[in-house]
Amino acid sequence: MAEPATDLTLDSASLLAAEEHEVSIVGRSPWYLAWRRLRRNWVALVSLVVFLLICVACALAPVYARHLAHTGPNTVHAGDTVIVSGKPKEVIGGGSHYDAKTNKFIVAAPTYLGPTWWHAHGRFVLGTDNLGRDVAVRLLYGGRNSLKVGIGSALICALVAVLLALIAGYNGGWVDWVISRFFDLIWAFPVFLLAIALSTALAINGFHHFGISIEPGSLWIPTLVISYVLIPYIGRPLRGQILSLREKEFIEAAIGQGAGPLRVMFSDVLPNIASTVLVFFTLIIATNILTEAGLSFLGAGVRPPDPSWGNMIASGQDQIQTAPWLALIPGIAIVLTVLSLNLFGDGLRDALDPRAKVRIER
Amino acid sequence: MLAFVIRRLIGMVAVLFAVSLLVFIVFILIPGGDPAERMAGKNPTPENIQNIRAKWGFDKPFYVQYVRMMEKAGNGLLPGKHSEYDILRSFDTRQNVAAEIKKGIPATFSLCIGAGIIWLVFGILVGVISAVKAGRWSDRAITVLALIGISMPVFWLGIVLRYFFAETRTWFPDGGYVPLTQDPAQWLYHLILPWFCLAVLFIGFYGRVLRSNMLDTMNEDYVRTARAKGIPPGRVLGRHVLRNSLIPIVSLFGLDFAAVLGGGAILTETVFDLKGVGWYAAQSVGGLDLPPIMGVTLYGAFFIVVFSAFVDFAYAYLDPRIRPT
Repeated sequence: MAEPATDLTLDSASLLAAEEHEVSIVGRSPWYLAWRRLRRNWVALVSLVVFLLICVACALAPVYARHLAHTGPNTVHAGDTVIVSGKPKEVIGGGSHYDAKTNKFIVAAPTYLGPTWWHAHGRFVLGTDNLGRDVAVRLLYGGRNSLKVGIGSALICALVAVLLALIAGYNGGWVDWVISRFFDLIWAFPVFLLAIALSTALAINGFHHFGISIEPGSLWIPTLVISYVLIPYIGRPLRGQILSLREKEFIEAAIGQGAGPLRVMFSDVLPNIASTVLVFFTLIIATNILTEAGLSFLGAGVRPPDPSWGNMIASGQDQIQTAPWLALIPGIAIVLTVLSLNLFGDGLRDALDPRAKVRIER
Repeated sequence: MLAFVIRRLIGMVAVLFAVSLLVFIVFILIPGGDPAERMAGKNPTPENIQNIRAKWGFDKPFYVQYVRMMEKAGNGLLPGKHSEYDILRSFDTRQNVAAEIKKGIPATFSLCIGAGIIWLVFGILVGVISAVKAGRWSDRAITVLALIGISMPVFWLGIVLRYFFAETRTWFPDGGYVPLTQDPAQWLYHLILPWFCLAVLFIGFYGRVLRSNMLDTMNEDYVRTARAKGIPPGRVLGRHVLRNSLIPIVSLFGLDFAAVLGGGAILTETVFDLKGVGWYAAQSVGGLDLPPIMGVTLYGAFFIVVFSAFVDFAYAYLDPRIRPT
């Protein structure tokens, strides 16, 4: 297991430099070394900044809605007019109407107000949807829901998967057998179909078992469903890693010193899988945002009128001929978010995984 | 080998049993309330509810209910006469779920087989090119494109493709499916966009996996030996590097392909109006019509379980080291 050449050279270089200037050398933790590798990876850093900016923008949705757009995510402005660049414009114009002059009924498709960018001082920056709602406001609120579901389900999924993997990998034997079969069972379904089946079943009456009560339409339904179906994706590789850690001398030493199973699991095994968990966590947020979008697109995720990026695309699909931005904009938001997470996750893996054998440094 | 096959087959049956049990739990137990009232439809007569309760055994212990449900799910597939309550039916349309799934199979298979070929070929191509050109600009460009492919929601890509290539320009038909037996040319023409739409995600994913596998393999001793022996670089790449790097790709492909055949292509089918198995499930989501979704889920799980058993057999046949004793 060779250390990455770059770090060796850098370390020896800094050693030399330290000798010259007679500076004492500080011991460096693996986390610090990883951070130093990450710091040099500007693509990963930019991606992290982009993702955090998206999170902040979505978190500030109510501020934007109240003070700039002067509307709410579900407020309908179908009959209103907006001043765009000094001229009044209808939010939804045209459409089939009766013309009194010619005494005829004119059949026409309605025209939707397109993106005004900043010409209407923050109102309808990204245009209107088919009901006259402000797309920019809905995009931010929808992002809130998508991110809540994505990050929340990633947290729950990672937590449960790590616990199960720890218990299975550490104990082995029949405990391991039971947990592995549980992973196999979820693995046997097409992930997305299982998620749809569960969310549809839960959408009927919600969930009222084991003292837990979730109403239908709650954000908890997609969150829990997505975290449940993706548990084996994190749990299985982690279990394998823990099984091989279990054979290492330091675990034996810890047990020999009289450490109990909980102590060994959490202070000896867990730190050794922490970097893998962190990488998985980053990448699974991306997967979960995509899964949530897919579920909402089919009507099994976040329920309208509450926006999410997925159901905004679904409703925009019907107006794609007259108002293409309705379906395009939330999709671009998803691509940006997921891409930034994937790029950051890749950078994180390169920085954290000292076993990455091949490094391209040309 | 025979012992392994038998053991694997027993394992397969056990997983299928567990899968059907989980589907039963999702179907009957999670929604809560009286399932008979839900099943009886919009304006049920009390006799109707009573009838359903007796037929499904909702007043009986859960294992009786489970057996009855499985009988109904299986009954649509077996030939012979069935009464209305012997078959798993949609709540909304009263159609036979198994028959509807069967109707969707040609469209789903056409979509998945074509897309599977495309993503395997292009995935390998992308992986090989970026591994050979590792670190150069072409590798970087491919890596970025592959990442964008992975980061796109497949249904959004479908909508965008339809909008730009079938609606604003009419280069391709705007969705729909023409059976192969009816008109092979139209069949192909209608499927080109969906094929690429479904394949993009996998091309990006396979390309990345193959790239890192190949870069790992290039550092192996036997590759250095092959080079030292004076074997031409192209031959080393094809015979020694690529062959060994393809093993994980083959098992990935087996499982992914089973998943899309089993209704996993639900989003692509929905966006392009391909009336396949996934499309059928998607139609039932809005009306909270559980039986079609459950039927398709069972069908999909069945595919994955059987396919992964076959992948294991193929592996064991090809590589005796994998064969567990």
